[in-house]
Amino acid sequence: MSEAAEDSNRRLLRARDAMDREYAQSLDVPGLARVALMSEAHFIREFKAAFGETPNRYLQRRRVERAMFLLTQTDRGIMDVCLDVGFTSLGTFGRTFRDIVGKTPTQYRQGNAPQRVPACFTMTWSRPSSFGEANGKVGK
Amino acid sequence: MFTSINISSIYVLDQDEALDFYVGKLGLEIGADFDLGFMRWLTVQAPGQPDRQILLELPGPPSLDVDTAAQVRELVAKGAMGFTAGLTTADCHRTYEELVDKGVEFTQVPTEHFYGIDCGVRDPFGNNLRFTQPNPDIKPPTPEELKQEFTDPATNPGDCGTPA
Repeated sequence: MSEAAEDSNRRLLRARDAMDREYAQSLDVPGLARVALMSEAHFIREFKAAFGETPNRYLQRRRVERAMFLLTQTDRGIMDVCLDVGFTSLGTFGRTFRDIVGKTPTQYRQGNAPQRVPACFTMTWSRPSSFGEANGKVGK
Repeated sequence: MFTSINISSIYVLDQDEALDFYVGKLGLEIGADFDLGFMRWLTVQAPGQPDRQILLELPGPPSLDVDTAAQVRELVAKGAMGFTAGLTTADCHRTYEELVDKGVEFTQVPTEHFYGIDCGVRDPFGNNLRFTQPNPDIKPPTPEELKQEFTDPATNPGDCGTPA
């Protein structure tokens, strides 16, 4: 059982890494399921069991996290940030960002300064998760 | 008190495969490799730098019971062991190209940051490694400077948003 779980986890991690690496591309669940060598339905179920949220939600929040990063670390326009992180519609980007972060991209940019933190930690710790905790405040 | 950090440990799921990756692909050197009877003591180090070693440790009995070892192995495989090790290189892009040719799995391509150029790698088991070409013109902030930056409400309201 453990060997099978190990193998499954490793394949799921490859799909998650693909999202972290290629979030700006037009990724979809069938393509990610192929990375994990699973059927689409099995992939969604197993991904959620391993990582606590569906692949779609993981990707959506990775894109929003990258947008949060670009909004504070660069002076790129909102439309550019939207496209940079893989959204194809400014309306969807604005709505998704506001739903997850609670602010518009412009408000977020105005309220947050650039931070000197290695980007890998920003990606790991400031992606708004679906688990319900505030970022970086687990256990506080 | 303490004068250095000389060894740290990474859980690997197969020590021979680990050797192939950390030495054969990444180009680290074997620091030590011998049988202690109850475990294989296997360490790697940056070439010519024996003062800082990484133990490639196999989770299993008698150190861990079978069930716990299985849990650890599953966690390693899903990348849940956190940031495992950071390495430095003189040329991040070149190192990246060399490792791509060797079939190494990357989590992030070389990316420029204020502190240098770095990228992310998975070992064959799921561990997360990074290597950086440090920016020689940037002095890393001290812990005090970082604390100031992150606790100053003028620059950091501390509001990363509320997850939906």
